[in-house]
Amino acid sequence: MSNVGIVIVSHSPLVAEGTADMVRQMVGDEVPLAWCGGNGHGGLGTNVEAIMGAIDKAWSEAGVAILVDLGGAETNSEMAVEMIGEPRAQKIIVCNAPIVEGAVMAATEASGGASLREVVATAHELSPS
Amino acid sequence: MLQLSNENSFATAGKVETGTLGDMAALNLAGLIAAAADTIAAHAEELTALDQAIGDGDHGLNMKRGFEAVRAEAEAFSAKPLPDALKAIGTKLVMTVGGASGPLFGTLFLALGKEISADPDRASLTAAFGKAIEAVAARGKSQVGQKTMLDVLQPVHDALSGGKTAAEIADIADAAAEATVPMKALRGRASFLGDRSIGHMDAGARSTALLVRTLGQAIGDNA
Repeated sequence: MSNVGIVIVSHSPLVAEGTADMVRQMVGDEVPLAWCGGNGHGGLGTNVEAIMGAIDKAWSEAGVAILVDLGGAETNSEMAVEMIGEPRAQKIIVCNAPIVEGAVMAATEASGGASLREVVATAHELSPS
Repeated sequence: MLQLSNENSFATAGKVETGTLGDMAALNLAGLIAAAADTIAAHAEELTALDQAIGDGDHGLNMKRGFEAVRAEAEAFSAKPLPDALKAIGTKLVMTVGGASGPLFGTLFLALGKEISADPDRASLTAAFGKAIEAVAARGKSQVGQKTMLDVLQPVHDALSGGKTAAEIADIADAAAEATVPMKALRGRASFLGDRSIGHMDAGARSTALLVRTLGQAIGDNA
């Protein structure tokens, strides 16, 4: 698929899956989408390996925008991008936006064929600067 | 050359022989890993208790899981040149510690591995350590004074660069961890508590100080 992909990373698998559900219902199937959540041991948290897997699943040559919830999700997502390495890393951006609204708005923008930069800018508009 | 101390106060740390840090990487990195994993395991409950006060209460368990995973591959890691061994340890910690500590402690070792030479002297170790601290600060978008592991790492770097002995550096690390008690957390989960984070030691600062003492005792003063 040539549209920008969206990855949702929450400390809670329920929040991540629920957010992905909203994207699917409100935006449709035109956007590569993956989610992950939980620490990999049954508890709340985020996990670098799972994030790398989600990026693979939602991978698009147009790039991938990642939406995160709390601080550790951002740190782990940035670590995952670094471990994936170039040349793919330059096409992956962790957004500074509320996770639910950001995912829906970014996916909406992506579904129209927007560039990664445009998708990320749309998500960032939701954040108080 | 960094010389290993003949005196090994860590009975469980495995055999520590006299040699350069390079020799140590080949011969005794497995011993260093075991010493670090033993220390983290022995203090896991204490670290978790610190984290329960102002974090999410998983630091001890997370660190123990990560260092046990490193211990399980200690033989393979210690067969590598020092830079590659440190990078492998960092990658393993990233993948197994979890939480926010995984990327932070993992980045410390990954960056140290990228910067260090195969057979470092004290000056080059100190320089590489300084770069690794910068990488941790960038990863956590943090700086000294925000009640984090950086508040221990930076004084340890300064002590290394100032020619202190391993025992002095360990005491400086403990004092630096203690000095996080009155700080207000500005990064991480603890920052959500604002002023209520004051009065508790940062768990990451404590685990960093524990590792500094353990590794210092194993490497010794003859750097």
